[in-house]
Amino acid sequence: MNILKKSIKAVVSISALIIIWQLVVLTGSFEESLLPSPAVVFQGIWEIIKDGTLFTNFKVSIARFLTGYLSAVFAGVILGLLLGWNKRIWSYVDPVVQVLRPVSPIAWFPFIVLWFGIGDGPAVVTIFIAAFYPILLSTVSGVGNVDAVYLKVADNFEIKQPALLFKIILPSAFPLIANGLHLALGSAWVFLVAGEMVGAQSGLGFMIIDARNSLRSDLVFAGIIIIGVLGLLLDRLVGLLESRIKRQWGIF
Amino acid sequence: MYISINEASRQYFIKGKGSTNALHKVNLDIEKGEFICLLGPSGCGKSTLLNLIAGFDKPTSGSVKINGEAVTKPSENRITIFQNYGLLPWRNVLRNVELGLEAKNIPKKKRRVIAEEYIELVGLSPYKNHYPAQLSGGMQQRVALARALAVDPEILLMDEPFGALDAMTRMNMQDEIERLWLEKKKTIIFVTHDIEEAVFLADRIVIMTPSPGKIKSIVKVPLGRKRDRTGADFLKIRDKVFEEFGLKDSVELDYYL
Repeated sequence: MNILKKSIKAVVSISALIIIWQLVVLTGSFEESLLPSPAVVFQGIWEIIKDGTLFTNFKVSIARFLTGYLSAVFAGVILGLLLGWNKRIWSYVDPVVQVLRPVSPIAWFPFIVLWFGIGDGPAVVTIFIAAFYPILLSTVSGVGNVDAVYLKVADNFEIKQPALLFKIILPSAFPLIANGLHLALGSAWVFLVAGEMVGAQSGLGFMIIDARNSLRSDLVFAGIIIIGVLGLLLDRLVGLLESRIKRQWGIF
Repeated sequence: MYISINEASRQYFIKGKGSTNALHKVNLDIEKGEFICLLGPSGCGKSTLLNLIAGFDKPTSGSVKINGEAVTKPSENRITIFQNYGLLPWRNVLRNVELGLEAKNIPKKKRRVIAEEYIELVGLSPYKNHYPAQLSGGMQQRVALARALAVDPEILLMDEPFGALDAMTRMNMQDEIERLWLEKKKTIIFVTHDIEEAVFLADRIVIMTPSPGKIKSIVKVPLGRKRDRTGADFLKIRDKVFEEFGLKDSVELDYYL
C-alpha cells in the first residue's frame, strides 16, 4: 500500500516534469539543438539502447565504479577502524583529513592525469577520492560511538584483539558505517561522470562528451537521464540492504 | 574467606570540583555460594562496589580480594549481568550465548552443544534463532543469564538486572534466578534498590547509605527456600529492612488526632 502510494506520487511528479518540459518546447522560444523535446530524447535513448552503445559504456562505467568504490570501502573501513581505535594517532591524522576532505576530486584532475595517465585510471581514482572520506569519517565516528556496555561485556569475557575489533567494534559501528557507505555511494556516482569526462575514451561520462562533440544534444539529455535513473537504482539497492540488516538488529 | 573487601574506598576526582567519595572504607566478607544483595538508594555506592568486585574499576585505597588474590581486571570467572542486558543485537540468541565460549577457544561443535544446553536451562530453546530485538525484556535477561552461565563462572555479579522489567516479569525472574542459583551453586552478588526483591533473594542483605557510600548494616535472612512473599516471617524481615532505612513510622506517634 505504502509502496503503491509512493510510486503513484513518483509517476505523477515525473509526468508533470515531462509535461512542463514539453510545454516549454512547444512555446518555440528555444531552438531544438538547445532544448530537444522529450520525444526526441526518448528516441535517442532507444537509439543508444538498440545499437548497444549504452550497454557497452554502462559496463565500462560500472566496472570503474565498483573498482573505485570498493577499494574506497576497503581502505576507508580498515583505516577507520584502526584510527578510530587509536585516538592518539587519529588526533594527528584528523587535521590532515579535515584539510583534504573539502577539496573536490575535480581539483585533483591535473595531478590525477599526470600520475595515472589516461584510460580507466583517472576515473577510478576520482571515484576513490569521492567515496573515501565519507567512509573513513563515518567509520571513525562509529568506532568512537560503540556502546560502553558492549566493551564491558567483551572485557568481562576476556575477548582480546583482533577478535574485539571484528566481533564487537565493527558490527556495533555498522549502522554509522552503513550510513557513510550510502553517502559515499551517492558522491562517488556523481564524480564517476566527472571522472570520465577527462581522459576517458569510454563510459557514461564519455558518452555525454561524445554526444556533445557530435552536436547531438538529444543524446546529451539521454545520457543525463540514464545516469540519474541508474544512480537512483543503485541508491535504492544499497538502501534496501541497509534497512534489511538494521531491521534484523532492531535498529530503525 | 572467599571474597574479602577490606577498607575499600573509591574516590572520584572531578576537575575543578574536588573529589567525591563514592565508596568509603567498606568492609565485607562473602562466603562461597552465598546470595548477597547490595541494597540502597541511588548514590549509595552499591554499583561502585560491584564494579570493584568485577574488576572494571579499582579501589583508591583498601583492597578487594578473591581467594586471597587482589582483583585487578575483569575475568570470565565473575560475569556481570547488566540492567540493559548487554546483548549484541547483531547476533541471534545462540550466537550471543556462544560469545564467551568463543573467547575460550572451544571448538565450534562443542560450543553449540554447550550454548544449547544453557538456552534450554533458561527455557528459551524455541527462540534460539531469534534476535534480541525480537524478544521481551525478561527473555533478553534470560539470554544474558544463559550467556553468563555458559562460561561456568564461580561468581555472578548482577547490577539491578530486573530494574527495567515490569512487576510481574520481575517476580518471575526472581524465581528464575533463585532456581538457577540453587541448581548451579554460584556465588551471587545482586545490586538492587527494591527491598522486597532483596528479602526474597538474599542470604544476607547489605544495607548501604549514600554520601559517602558506605555499609550501614547487614541483615541476615534466615528463611528457607522458596520464600513466600506474603508470609509473616517474610514481612517481619521486610519491616526490619524498612526500619534500617528509617522508612517505617515509629510506634510512638508524634501527632494526635
